Amino acid sequence: MLESILLTIATAATPLLLAAIGELVVERSGTLNLGVEGMMVMGAVGGFVGMILTGNPFIGALVGVLFGTILSLLFAFLALTLATNQYATGLALTILGLGLSGLIGEPYVGRSAVRMPVLDIPVLSDIPIVGRLLFGQDVIFYISIALVIGVAWFLFRTKQGLTLRSIGDNPQSAHALGIKVIRYRYLAVLFGGACAGLAGAHLSLVYTPQWTENMSAGRGWIALALVVFASWRPARVLAGAYLFGAVSIGQLHAQALGIGIPSQVLSALPYLATVLVLVLISQNRRLTLINTPASLGKSFVPDR
Amino acid sequence: MRLELIKRGNPSRALQFLSPLIGLALAVLTGAIMFAILGKDPLAALYVYFVEPLTELWSIHELLIKAAPLILMGAGLSVCYLSNNWNIGAEGQFIMGALAGSIFPVLFTDVQSPFVLPLMMVFAIVGGALWAGIPALLKAKFNTNEILVSLMLVYVAELILDYLVRGPWRNPGGMNFPESVRFHDLARIPELMPADGRANWGIVIAILVAIAIWVMLSRTLKGFEVKVLGTSPRAGKFAGFDAKKMIFFSFLLAGGCAGLAGIIEVAGASAQLRPIISPGYGFTAIIVAFLGRLNPLGVIVAGLVLALTYLGGEAAQISLGLSDKVARVFQGALLLYILACDTLIHYRIRFARAPKASGSAVDA
Repeated sequence: MLESILLTIATAATPLLLAAIGELVVERSGTLNLGVEGMMVMGAVGGFVGMILTGNPFIGALVGVLFGTILSLLFAFLALTLATNQYATGLALTILGLGLSGLIGEPYVGRSAVRMPVLDIPVLSDIPIVGRLLFGQDVIFYISIALVIGVAWFLFRTKQGLTLRSIGDNPQSAHALGIKVIRYRYLAVLFGGACAGLAGAHLSLVYTPQWTENMSAGRGWIALALVVFASWRPARVLAGAYLFGAVSIGQLHAQALGIGIPSQVLSALPYLATVLVLVLISQNRRLTLINTPASLGKSFVPDR
Repeated sequence: MRLELIKRGNPSRALQFLSPLIGLALAVLTGAIMFAILGKDPLAALYVYFVEPLTELWSIHELLIKAAPLILMGAGLSVCYLSNNWNIGAEGQFIMGALAGSIFPVLFTDVQSPFVLPLMMVFAIVGGALWAGIPALLKAKFNTNEILVSLMLVYVAELILDYLVRGPWRNPGGMNFPESVRFHDLARIPELMPADGRANWGIVIAILVAIAIWVMLSRTLKGFEVKVLGTSPRAGKFAGFDAKKMIFFSFLLAGGCAGLAGIIEVAGASAQLRPIISPGYGFTAIIVAFLGRLNPLGVIVAGLVLALTYLGGEAAQISLGLSDKVARVFQGALLLYILACDTLIHYRIRFARAPKASGSAVDA
């Protein structure tokens, strides 16, 4: 019982974690891409359609990553090259992604999927309770954990990571030092798109192996909130994603038990929890001000 | 080769006017390509989508029904965006306005008087404004991100509506369908010209509200305050304008407009509450606000254009068998194009061939 609950929490947390860790890198570069929801839902439809057409969920996941990346390239071109308003561009990306995914996925509604297989690491996965949680999951779970470690290492242990963070704080100075600000930001945005795409693919290949319209159901936005919650720190993104995974799974279990609360109240819990967490975090101005990339959301146009 | 942006000395006035038109043209072109990919004759499809709905009187009535909420919400959102407050939860404020406004026709069906409708509208405005007041309060008091809060509240509002129409507000004589009772005649918004079509006074209200907001923005100190605080918060502070009060002002105004739009929708065309009362009007209104250049008069035109995308979507679905999702793709692309074209107002675009040698500053 406990083991299966832990497993479902990990399954619910993985897409949030992936989308949030990608967006964390984007925001560390000083760019705010509000289109996570759109990239995620495109990843979901890409993953599903890719899997149906090839019969292979791994290729499906790659198609999902590709879809998310392509959409993020569109954002990068507008927000970075053309210096459009990042808020509005991200919103447009979400509207476009929701529409496009609905259009692409329409013929595939109701088809059932080949679920992504579980990679059982022998012996280790037989450890009671945590064995399957840590060593008997689908491959996307392992990627999500590896990405958190990788991003933390990159941001705080490498020269390029330091450069990326400095760009997020002060692109003018970085540019004056000869750093290619726009190139760094492009790479960060594309990384974020790939992560959001993989997060979406996880939804349609692992979480609920099927395609339904708007199946991301606000998770992209919750991922954005998680980045704020984590005050732009990878390890805290991990903790936050699992906390939210627990809330959404707890909500499902409560519904299944049929305790006398309307199901809609329980369904609203993840969204209300997001608001609550945002309030608690933003109240702590010191914490948020220290870590918020200083140029977040501001366009940068290099003067030649 | 890469693109370079070169700042213009003065924003180009001509492009300020042309940019939304270029954006629209590019979106229509994209639509034609999309139709071709979907295996339809692009020209015929464009005709069905954008022209045919305008050739018949009843269809123009339907256009006005769809334009009313878009204009109302777009005008309200313009004030938010001009003042740099990112309310993207109009969809939720629309729903909460519709719910608050429906209290009378659903719960007090025996109250039948000419005062019911005005009262419903007041309730709707208050309902929408209160819902928008939540992100405003949290932003003003705790510095909480208003984008995420207003958006989360959309999902919560949808669930409240779902709960009410499936639970306590379900029509007891409705064969178990998840819908409320039909509103009685005094709780309906009267039709403009019943002989020709279904359009109601909602569109007139929407245009009057948009004009009122335009007057506020362009002719009053409050409007000046909105723009100063939006473009330069520091300058606004020195001028003695209160940024926190502006958060409330813009959010409550936009929320009130969205609430009014909500009751116009349910007391107008649909006459009852259902689990889904909006085809994404609140999000489309964001596009309306930008296409209208954040100017309420422009919003009136933009609202009609975006209403046409809904109507054309329905027409294309019926006569061409195209998916109704085409409308959403078109709307998303339109917003991206408008934003891209707006860059031309402030920048000249130059194609630079080779990466320039570092440190050379001759090119001036």
